[in-house]
Amino acid sequence: MDTILEGFRRAFLLIIHLDDELLGIIFLSLKVSGIALLISGVLGLLIGSFMGLRKFPLRGMLITVMNTFMGLPPVVVGLFLYLILSRSGPMGFMGLLYTPSAMVIAQSVLSFPIVSAISHSAIIKVDPVIKHAALTLGATPIQMTFTVLKEARYGIMSGIIAAFGRVMAEVGAVLIVGGNIAGYTRVMTTTIALETDKGNFELAIALGIILLSISLIINLFLHLIQKKGMINKA
Amino acid sequence: MSLSLKISNISKSYDRKPVLRDCSFSFDKGHVYILMGPNGSGKSTFLRICALLETPDSGDVKYYLDDTFQNATLKGGNKKDIKLRRKITLVLPKIGIFNSSVFNNVAYGLKVRGFQKKIIKDEVDNILEFVGLRHKKNVNALKLSSGEAQRLGIARAIVLKPDVLFLDEPTASLDPHSTEMIEETIFRIKEHEKMTIVMVSHNIFQAKRLADMVLFMYEGKIVDFGTKKEFFEKPNDERAYKFITGQMVY
Repeated sequence: MDTILEGFRRAFLLIIHLDDELLGIIFLSLKVSGIALLISGVLGLLIGSFMGLRKFPLRGMLITVMNTFMGLPPVVVGLFLYLILSRSGPMGFMGLLYTPSAMVIAQSVLSFPIVSAISHSAIIKVDPVIKHAALTLGATPIQMTFTVLKEARYGIMSGIIAAFGRVMAEVGAVLIVGGNIAGYTRVMTTTIALETDKGNFELAIALGIILLSISLIINLFLHLIQKKGMINKA
Repeated sequence: MSLSLKISNISKSYDRKPVLRDCSFSFDKGHVYILMGPNGSGKSTFLRICALLETPDSGDVKYYLDDTFQNATLKGGNKKDIKLRRKITLVLPKIGIFNSSVFNNVAYGLKVRGFQKKIIKDEVDNILEFVGLRHKKNVNALKLSSGEAQRLGIARAIVLKPDVLFLDEPTASLDPHSTEMIEETIFRIKEHEKMTIVMVSHNIFQAKRLADMVLFMYEGKIVDFGTKKEFFEKPNDERAYKFITGQMVY
C-alpha cells in the first residue's frame, strides 16, 4: 500500500513540476495520434461517405469488412506492419520501422475502420428526404453530398472522437513497430508498460493519470456532442 | 422569360405495377393547377416526375423557356441541368427539414446559388415575415410544429422565386387553422409572384378555393380536367363526378 501511495505522491510531483521527460512523452503521443487521426479521418470519411451515398457491387461485403476491422487486434496489426516495414519486407527500403512514422501508420490502420464504419452508419441514418429536399432546392450533386454530411455531423464527430480514444489508449501495435525508443518513439502507453515492468511506478502512474484525464475529456466531448445531436432532433 | 411545361405520354411502373399510364398535359404560366384523385391514382408520382425528381419509364417531360425547349435531369450536375432545375421547386409532404435554424433552412437555396450574405438576409427576413415565421428565425427548425414546418417548406421554396412551384399535399394532416394559414400563403404567392403552382390535394373545398384549373387522376391516368368552374359544375368523367360528390370511387 505504501508503494502505491508513494507512487502517486511522486507522480503528482512529476505532473506539478512539468517534468521534461513526461512532457516529451505526452507531446509525442498527442502528435502521433493526432496525425494518425487526421489521416484516418480524411480517408475514413471519404470511404464512409462513398459507402453511405453510393450503391455499387460488393458494397454490403465492404461494409461487413469495415465493421469487422473495427475490432482489429492491435498486436496483429503491429505484427503485419512489422513484416511489411522490416528490412526484408516489401516496404523495408523506406526505413520506417522504429520511427514515429511507423507508429502513425499503425494507428491510422487501427482508427480508419472506426471512422469509416461510424461515418457510414451516421450517413445512412440521414433521412433520404434530405437529399431530395437539397436537390429540389437547387443543390448540385456535390452540394447535396455536403448537405447530407452536415446532417450526419454529430455521428461523424462521435466516430472521430471514438477513434482518437482508441489510438491514444493503444499499446500493442506501436510497441511492435515503434520499438519504444526513449526520446524518439516512446509514447504514454508504451512507457507505462515499460516502467511497470521495471518497477518504476511514479512515471507510469503520472502517465496513467494523464491518459485517464485525456480519456475523460474525450468521453465528455462525446457525451456533449451526442447530447447536442439528441436535443436538436427532439 | 416564361417557363412552361409539357408532359407527353409518360408512363411509370414500380415493381412491374403500373402507376402512371400514358399521361399528357400542358401547364401554362401563372395558373394554379390542383391535382386531385383517390389514393394510389398516381398524383404524387406524376408531380415528382414533373419536378424532375424521378424519370418516367417512357414519355417526355419538356420545359420550354420562351418557347425554347430545355432539357434537364434532376440529378444532372452540368450547368444546363442546374440552370433549369433552379427555375422549379418541389415541396414534398415530408419536407426534409435541415438540422439547423429556421433562417438557415430558408437561406439554403439562396446559399447554393451563391447569393451574397446581405441579399440572403434581406430575402429570408422578407419571406419569414410573409409566412409569419419571423419570430422563429433563430429556432432550430426541427422544433417547429407541423403547420409551421409546412410554412417553412413553402417559404424555403418561394424565397427562390421559382417559375414553377410544385406542392405535394402541403396541408395533409394539418388542423383547420394551419390549413388556412398555408392557403393564405398560397393565395398571396398567386397574387404577388405570378408563379405557376401545381398542387396535389385531396380536399375538394381547398381545390374550390385555390384552383384555376383542376386535373383529376384515376388509376394512373388523367381522366378529366378543366377550369375550376367546368370541373366542379360539369365534370366530363363519371369517376370525377363521383369523387366530387363524395361517392366512393375506390
